[in-house]
Amino acid sequence: MQRRLKLGVLYSRVRVEEKWIFAAMEKRGIDYERLDDRAISFDLENPEPWRAFDAVLERSISYTSGLYALRLLNSFGVPTVNTAMVAEICGDKLTTSAMLAKAGVPQPRNVVAFTPEAALDAIEAFGYPVVLKPVVGSWGRLLAKINDRDAAEAVLEHKATLGSVQHSVFYIQEFIKKPGRDIRAIVIGDRVLTAMYRKSEHWITNTARGGEGELCPITPEIEEMCLKATAAVGGGVLAVDLIEHSERGYLVNEINHTMEFHTMQPVSGIDIAGEIVEYTVKAAKEKH
Amino acid sequence: MSTVTCPECEAQIGLDAGTEAGEIIVCSDCGVDLEVTSIEPAAVQLAPMEQEDWGE
Repeated sequence: MQRRLKLGVLYSRVRVEEKWIFAAMEKRGIDYERLDDRAISFDLENPEPWRAFDAVLERSISYTSGLYALRLLNSFGVPTVNTAMVAEICGDKLTTSAMLAKAGVPQPRNVVAFTPEAALDAIEAFGYPVVLKPVVGSWGRLLAKINDRDAAEAVLEHKATLGSVQHSVFYIQEFIKKPGRDIRAIVIGDRVLTAMYRKSEHWITNTARGGEGELCPITPEIEEMCLKATAAVGGGVLAVDLIEHSERGYLVNEINHTMEFHTMQPVSGIDIAGEIVEYTVKAAKEKH
Repeated sequence: MSTVTCPECEAQIGLDAGTEAGEIIVCSDCGVDLEVTSIEPAAVQLAPMEQEDWGE
């Protein structure tokens, strides 16, 4: 008789997305365990308890905890959604940009420097305005739009002095004047499930910063761009953020690997949580 | 409906049916974020502060 699959859901907070995921597991009668990342531990000499899971879905709110958990699980041979490799790429905006560039996926222009002096030279060569982004971070936090040299000098000095060592990786991006919105698309495997405009008068259109959601039709162009982007970072359960450029068309801005969808699920009417669970079940079955 | 006391302002807060352990609720009186640490018995504590690497 075939053994019943056992899944794990690694989480930090039970947000509405996790509630929907747990409900989707229960609706399907799946044997699953809730794994609070603040309570678990890994004994590297004894991976057996973890090997009891046929797959683990990672929903940690902390990028660091989630990434290390994925690395360990993958090293134990436990399939994860997403894989450690994908989390490593998507959790770091610079690494994402590097993979997109390697795959020839259109994106905003980016330059990187490691000292405030080199960053200032790079910004001056780039031309104003530019956007400075932390390489790790989310929800639109600590993004800085730099309009002139005075602002550049001030922000670079603040980052170098007050920030962690990671803030001395100066990730500089061209500022793109968006038409008051950007697009977020949810991609699971090789399917673009749904897409949404995120509207805001502010240059940061993240819904975590007050941007509003409205359904966006998935055109063949959007679909192709999203699938190219997710393939470039290894694929899985991903959210692709697209910017509409007036001349260059769609540009991929970011890809998130533990996306929130509390706006997208009701706006689209699609059971995104259920689709994520189905994908995790598929990953678990592929192990056998 | 279970009731908890806000550790910040001592307001009495009712937990909605379907509330789960690990969920974040907001105190209706003082607005502080609270984490539901247990359902039976109902208990809350101040939610952890947002960290730099938090996000989606």
